[in-house]
Amino acid sequence: MNRAIVLSSGTKVDFMIHGVFSFELFGQKLWITTTHISLILVVSTLLLFAFIVNRKLKKMKPEDVPKGIVNVAELIAEKLEGFVMSTMGSSGTKFINYISTIFIFIIFCNFSGLFGLRPPTADYGVTFPLAILTFVLIHYNEFKHQKVKGVLKGLAEPWLIWAPINIIGNLAVPISLSLRLFANILSGTAIMALIYALLSKVAFFWPAALHVYFDLFSGSIQTYVFCMLTMTYIKNAIGNED
Amino acid sequence: MDQITGVDLIKACSAIGAGLAVIAGIGPGIGQGNAAGMAASAVGRNPGAKADITSTMLLGQAVAETTGLYGLLVAILLMFVQPLVK
Repeated sequence: MNRAIVLSSGTKVDFMIHGVFSFELFGQKLWITTTHISLILVVSTLLLFAFIVNRKLKKMKPEDVPKGIVNVAELIAEKLEGFVMSTMGSSGTKFINYISTIFIFIIFCNFSGLFGLRPPTADYGVTFPLAILTFVLIHYNEFKHQKVKGVLKGLAEPWLIWAPINIIGNLAVPISLSLRLFANILSGTAIMALIYALLSKVAFFWPAALHVYFDLFSGSIQTYVFCMLTMTYIKNAIGNED
Repeated sequence: MDQITGVDLIKACSAIGAGLAVIAGIGPGIGQGNAAGMAASAVGRNPGAKADITSTMLLGQAVAETTGLYGLLVAILLMFVQPLVK
């Protein structure tokens, strides 16, 4: 199937999503893919961490000095809270939970490439729903805070003729947001797969440096950018009313 | 020598097209370099604002990168998904 790659004669270049098993539901054939498996592993890791921290926190008294895993959890929560509050200002309190959740989820998905999984974010079916959530949040807050009149006025900026372009611009937000995350992680996955398949004779130790760049550096930058852009769009939608 | 079928021709042209599509990488390269240079001079002028400058630079660079990634996506689709064959 992949005969289009001239260099890969004989070796197996493989970074695509594979079906693991299929089942029938309401006459439709549905597949459980490698993305689902990776997602289950990532989410169960996060749930395990949350469960342990929850158990430890319940046992502690408020005046105790935190130590061990509780300390790590407090550090993460504090940093994320500061990150959201410094970007969104006073309107950020309601969004700390949501932004922190998608931040931790996306960064764990991106880092899962280090553990030999295919990163779930390298599947457009994972990043697009995240961007759709952002889109819904943007427009819910726009209607809530600017009312219908304000939204219509915003669409007709600077003149009425501009309205179609503004609508296209609004629709392009989730698409560019999801494609950015998807394509960045996919390109890292593709390059690592090419290196392991085509240079398998000489690929000792040094691909680790590339993993640091593609999985850790690129992954954290893209997570930061996704959350930052989500917050900026929501903040713009809320406007400065107070 | 085997005959070249229509499918082979489409595959060969897809490979050439994929190569042409990643030329889109030139634009983000220039743009990101420009942003990094400007950020460096900004840090030189005002070292105290280094954290703010870095985060603004990274955000701008990530947005500028998007156009290059569209070219990359087209290339990957042409090479591996091959929508034009059949």
